[in-house]
Amino acid sequence: MKSGKLLISFVWLYLIFLYLPVILLPLFAFNTGKIIAFPLQGFGLQWFYELAKIEALHTAVWTSLKIAVITSVLATILGMFASRAATRFSFPGKGPIMGLIMVPLVLPEIIVAVSLIVVLIKVMGLGLSIWTIILGHVLICVPFSIAILNGAFRSLDKSLEEASIDLGETKWTTFRLVTLPLVMPGIISSLLISFVISLDEFIIAFFLTGSEPTLSVYIWGMLRFPARIPAVMALGTIMLVVSLLLLTASEYFRRRGLKRTGVQDTGGFV
Amino acid sequence: MKKIMNSEGANGLLLVSPTLLYAFLLLAVPIAAVVTFSFWTQNYLDLDTTFTLDNYRAATEEPIYRILLLRSLNISAIVTVVTVILAFPIAYYISFFVPQNKKARWIFLITVPFWTSYLLRIFLWKVILGYNGVLNSGLKGLGLIEQPLTFILYNMNAVVITLAHAWAPFAILPIYVVLEKIDRSLLEASYDLGENRVITFLRVTFPLALPGIIAAAVIVFIPTIGDYVTPKLVGGPSGLMISNMIQLQFLKANNAPLGATLAILAMISVVLTLAFLWMFGKIFSWVNRNYLGILR
Repeated sequence: MKSGKLLISFVWLYLIFLYLPVILLPLFAFNTGKIIAFPLQGFGLQWFYELAKIEALHTAVWTSLKIAVITSVLATILGMFASRAATRFSFPGKGPIMGLIMVPLVLPEIIVAVSLIVVLIKVMGLGLSIWTIILGHVLICVPFSIAILNGAFRSLDKSLEEASIDLGETKWTTFRLVTLPLVMPGIISSLLISFVISLDEFIIAFFLTGSEPTLSVYIWGMLRFPARIPAVMALGTIMLVVSLLLLTASEYFRRRGLKRTGVQDTGGFV
Repeated sequence: MKKIMNSEGANGLLLVSPTLLYAFLLLAVPIAAVVTFSFWTQNYLDLDTTFTLDNYRAATEEPIYRILLLRSLNISAIVTVVTVILAFPIAYYISFFVPQNKKARWIFLITVPFWTSYLLRIFLWKVILGYNGVLNSGLKGLGLIEQPLTFILYNMNAVVITLAHAWAPFAILPIYVVLEKIDRSLLEASYDLGENRVITFLRVTFPLALPGIIAAAVIVFIPTIGDYVTPKLVGGPSGLMISNMIQLQFLKANNAPLGATLAILAMISVVLTLAFLWMFGKIFSWVNRNYLGILR
């Protein structure tokens, strides 16, 4: 089959294109040379050691972690409300309401950033802080959270909840004892995805950051200094490994959730 | 009264209200504020709140803003076409050639590069495409070129390559989803009726995949127009886009109203482009249905 072979060679070329930056990142991180270019000088961990010495970086990591944790919790809670409402009830104006909530998914991030800066800073006169960033991050994470939780809530068997009500539990205890455990894998998956998105987000953080830069804003600043770049590569490598671990965990929980509710797997989380 | 309170509609609305309120206060209200701002002017440190169209006049008459806006649309359109054309064969391969039990693994494989830090991914493209970059030194090492290629960094080409990489999974996934839904017996029916692979693809697979292709195009087109980092890092002066100017007006020039105007114009042009595409699609399918019948 000639066309089949052609397609497979294209797929391989495309994978090389896709993975080129990902392969270069650790290559330069473990390279002892001071400039980011070939040929590589030698293997060493010096850039990872250097990371440990940069104090401003540690503050930035801490700021980003705080933002990411708070964002993922808030986004998941808001996501649960909307997703539960969308999968269980039909209510007036459902289309436009869900549309508005999901809009940040397709809105250029710079629009979100600009609109928040106008309202929070120019109109309300609030100062910039990590909370201004959190407000923006929650907005863009909620649609992802809903997309994940919709799967979890939709695959939930309604009769389990009805049985619980019939057996005399209240709505709240039914939710806590029956619904919540069944959708828990979806919730964990949503928390992890929101965490990763918030950690990596740059534009909103760049516009709304105050005196405490986030990790991405800090990296942006470092990219201007050639001497700092190898250390940035080391940092990027660590971040890549952490993201991959979190995503693998998220995928694991999502699948376990589907298995728990007895549904056939229909694809990835993205 | 109690009946209304307990009705399904009321329950649903009550449940969705926290998220709706959040989206309303932090999305709908802020965008309304941006629209309002665009009709005001900055008077050194104070805002002049008299209604005026001055910003829109400046944004449409001064060449710099017009050039940036048109260039952004142009780049986004090229990126969209390139990304979707490259993505389709990949989605097709995963859906039609990869065995069922390995599909999830392939989708994971496609999305992994997407989880490298966004900033570093774009920075690494600068390293790859640069004068002494990975690509040039590689090609030189292989003896394929003598002088470094210069048309691939600090211009529009670099922006297109980098964005086509950044948005790849967003184009592959929607196309893959529709290809998965295609009933394979339709293809067999076409073969049984004597059509060859090409005709079957054009008349069965492609029309059925069209909604996914359109979704992919929209998902890539809208956000790329607002991209800030890519033009800033790899675009050079000739590759700058409208977001770079919006950022300049907000954070450097302290002219939020003009920045707001540019943001609004960027959004309007996105909406107009999409409306135009939608109309074009309608007209095309009407002409096709009545006169051509290629995709019938």
